[in-house]
Amino acid sequence: MDGNAERPARRAIRAAIVLAVAAIAAFGLVAVVHEVTRDRIAATERAHELARFEQVLAGRPHDNDLLADTVTLRDPELLGANEVITAYRARFHGEPVAVLLEPIAPDGYSGAIHLLIAVAPDGTVLGVRTVSHHETPGLGDFIDTRKSSWIERFAGTSHGNPDAARWRVRKDGGDFDQYTGATITSRAVVGTVGRTLEFFARHRDELLAAPATIQP
Amino acid sequence: MTPAAILRAGFRDQNPGLVQLLGLCPLLAVSTSLGNGLGLGLATLAVLVASNGLVSLVGRSLPAEIRIAVFVLLIAALVTSVELALSAWLPELHAALGIFLPLIVTNCLVLARAEAFASRQPIGNALLDGFAMGGGFLVVLVALGGVREVLGRGSLGGDLHVLLGTGASSSGLHLFSEQHGFLLALLPPGAFILLGLGLAWRQARKAAAS
Repeated sequence: MDGNAERPARRAIRAAIVLAVAAIAAFGLVAVVHEVTRDRIAATERAHELARFEQVLAGRPHDNDLLADTVTLRDPELLGANEVITAYRARFHGEPVAVLLEPIAPDGYSGAIHLLIAVAPDGTVLGVRTVSHHETPGLGDFIDTRKSSWIERFAGTSHGNPDAARWRVRKDGGDFDQYTGATITSRAVVGTVGRTLEFFARHRDELLAAPATIQP
Repeated sequence: MTPAAILRAGFRDQNPGLVQLLGLCPLLAVSTSLGNGLGLGLATLAVLVASNGLVSLVGRSLPAEIRIAVFVLLIAALVTSVELALSAWLPELHAALGIFLPLIVTNCLVLARAEAFASRQPIGNALLDGFAMGGGFLVVLVALGGVREVLGRGSLGGDLHVLLGTGASSSGLHLFSEQHGFLLALLPPGAFILLGLGLAWRQARKAAAS
């Protein structure tokens, strides 16, 4: 009975078998839970995404499936990301209502700030929201609407309103108030919104082009 | 061991947060509000009870060489399951707890209880120990979270609605405007200082008692 009486090789094989059984059992448990939760997680993520879209659309009606009507873009200079970015189009009776872009501000105080911007077909901003950020709590997190309404300031602006030269924080001679103590964060967000609008102005027609999916 | 002794050990004499000082990383990082503390506390509690129970069932029949490896596997599987369940039913809390949820795997408290206690105790005692240790950890997390939230944001339980999942947009008490909050309390150094004060309080009580 005692382990010492067993030959070392047998002991090792026994240990290996027990470990393998434990691994299979652990794997089985995770597989079952994954199967049970998969649909729900996908549905929650989808609902979460659509709820974010509603926020930046500022009540504009639309009747298409935004998550299906997309176009992919890549412009590291203006949109801040080397990767391909997905833009979503909102339409009402087939007419474009807005394009939703998700640019990245690479120059936040502590890392990238992910934004979501809805631009109307005429180039004016409907709404901007912060999707994710790592800014200092209490200082840089004013870009979150739960903390302050600062980011709502962008609604109604466009490329050219204000002038390109004034698309900066006030400290740099622009039109946008920086948040006290968080100039770097303010500068990153203002710059990114400005560049995204420039991107929209340059590529407006391609962004609004025919639906990627056919409406029934 | 009597049930009362197990409970006393977890909540007071061997409290993981204030006496054993196990699992400090999540304790300090996540306790920025009452709601976050409660969320991580409950997740850790659930994992501890389940892992202690399983370990007590299989622990004694395992060859010594691979015992810890099997415990780690079990704990990892449990934590992954809890994480998937949270992201399905409480996605906002899942987002708030972020990386610290998978890191429950590395919370040495869970492995320590499995190895030091559950593997050599009957299942009843092991489950109770999981509950007591998890509960003791939860109490410290909630207390630290509550104090940090009051000092740093002027509210208490301001994000509890995330936990309850009622769809409400606010909850809890709002004592003063967040702008007048004491930022240090929300940052990791503030958490260290407050935990230090908690330790001092605990030592003072112990000294007074003896």
